[in-house]
Amino acid sequence: MNASSPRRILSADDIQRTLQRMAHQIWERSANSDLALVGVRSRGVTLAERLRPLIEGMACKNVPVGVLDIGLYRDDIGLGSPAPPVRSTEIDFDVSGKDIVLIDDVLFTGRTVRAALNALIDLGRPARVQLLVLIDRGHRELPIQADYVGETVKTYADESIVVHLREDDQADGVFIVNERSQAS
Amino acid sequence: MSRWNSRDCLGLRGVSREEIELVLETARGMKEIQTRTVKKVPTLRGKVVINLFYEPSTRTATSFELAATRLSADVIQIQTGTSSVVKGESVVDTAQTLRVMGADGCVIRHSVSGAPHHLARHIDIPVINAGDGTNEHPTQALLDMFTMKQHHGRIEGLTVVIVGDILHSRVARSNMWGLLTLGAKVRFVGPPTLVPPEVEKLGVEVRHKLDGSFEDADVINLLRVQKERMTANFFPSLAEYSRYYGMNEERLKRTKPGSIVMHPGPMNRGVEITTEVAESPQSVILEQVTNGIAVRMALLYLLIGAERDPQPVKKDAAPAIDTPSLF
Repeated sequence: MNASSPRRILSADDIQRTLQRMAHQIWERSANSDLALVGVRSRGVTLAERLRPLIEGMACKNVPVGVLDIGLYRDDIGLGSPAPPVRSTEIDFDVSGKDIVLIDDVLFTGRTVRAALNALIDLGRPARVQLLVLIDRGHRELPIQADYVGETVKTYADESIVVHLREDDQADGVFIVNERSQAS
Repeated sequence: MSRWNSRDCLGLRGVSREEIELVLETARGMKEIQTRTVKKVPTLRGKVVINLFYEPSTRTATSFELAATRLSADVIQIQTGTSSVVKGESVVDTAQTLRVMGADGCVIRHSVSGAPHHLARHIDIPVINAGDGTNEHPTQALLDMFTMKQHHGRIEGLTVVIVGDILHSRVARSNMWGLLTLGAKVRFVGPPTLVPPEVEKLGVEVRHKLDGSFEDADVINLLRVQKERMTANFFPSLAEYSRYYGMNEERLKRTKPGSIVMHPGPMNRGVEITTEVAESPQSVILEQVTNGIAVRMALLYLLIGAERDPQPVKKDAAPAIDTPSLF
């Protein structure tokens, strides 16, 4: 059995540079709009909070950040036990008319993004929604693409991408893990 | 990952701290939905919930109905007096009939203690107890704990005083089980005729005088005086009850700063609570009603939103009260 240890694909410095680059890209495309960031729980929120000061530094204005929980919008409710965890959505601004950048750590099947779009649209009618992900690992099951991608990584279906951010984990780093070596 | 371990929610007795905390945390997510313009999520679309009420209820039945419809489930409300129940059909027959019509969950209120447990043994869908006799009213206790946590940020270490007819109160019982599990200090205050003997053995404190018993409390939960008890000579008169056990403005002044006053409703204004207290800033009675919907949404979601193994219906005789296994 090929029990490989986690392989690092992004270091802390790589993550920082990637976020800076994406902040510039967002600002380039959204300079004249009513920009807001919405992170998908939980690491999408951490990424949004890191992007916020980078964009605010260029924009010289406040960029609101919202927290989106997709638990109630998943398409696998009733198909697994227990029911997927539900936390609260905390968006204290009106999404209607906003130019929203939806943020998640990893884009995989696209199902999370589908749920997030439904959750977001239930709150109002944004002027535009763009998608930002730190890692795009392929294997889409729905026709969804990201507007901003930190890193595109080729993966096998039985591998997983583990994103560590210092706010939630101990240190920054993105790893690729073979699930067979993890499952024990 | 924490999970609700039982298929049903029949009571809080035997329910673990992790399970209670899961419901309260899930309810926080549900509460946000009530602040939206469109108060509906698609989560339980296509599911059917039966509300089987064998006892009159306005707020609990409405709260469950709103909870289910906000999750996009369809609800069938059955109140006694308008159904085959009046023709003498048994609880189990009624529920099984509705089950084969495609129900995915059943909420039941019944005047007989243990009726939801009886139903749960004969039906293969989740059963939620909305109050059974003098036994339990778990969703009321969960919404009470949610409200306490919202105001105090925690449950552990709080002193919770429950005042009134403890003997006949399913609200007091469910609160006791849940609060003790979460590490609160529970104190029952009521006339000796209305406090179950030896209840101290379960870990609660008992006092018979309200004065001197509420001043250090973080939460004062006033139970409704059931007027029908008066005729059974449990206490002499409403006026006397009010004098010794009613929360009024004078007593309110002696409460601990930051403490909250709760009531499960419906209130008898002027008996267990005066209008001034009910409408004071310390009163969280209306918040309890709002939180009740969120907590019931959380339970419906956790029970009906989970995959169920097709379980054989248990036909064997079991004890009147099922204690769900911890793991």
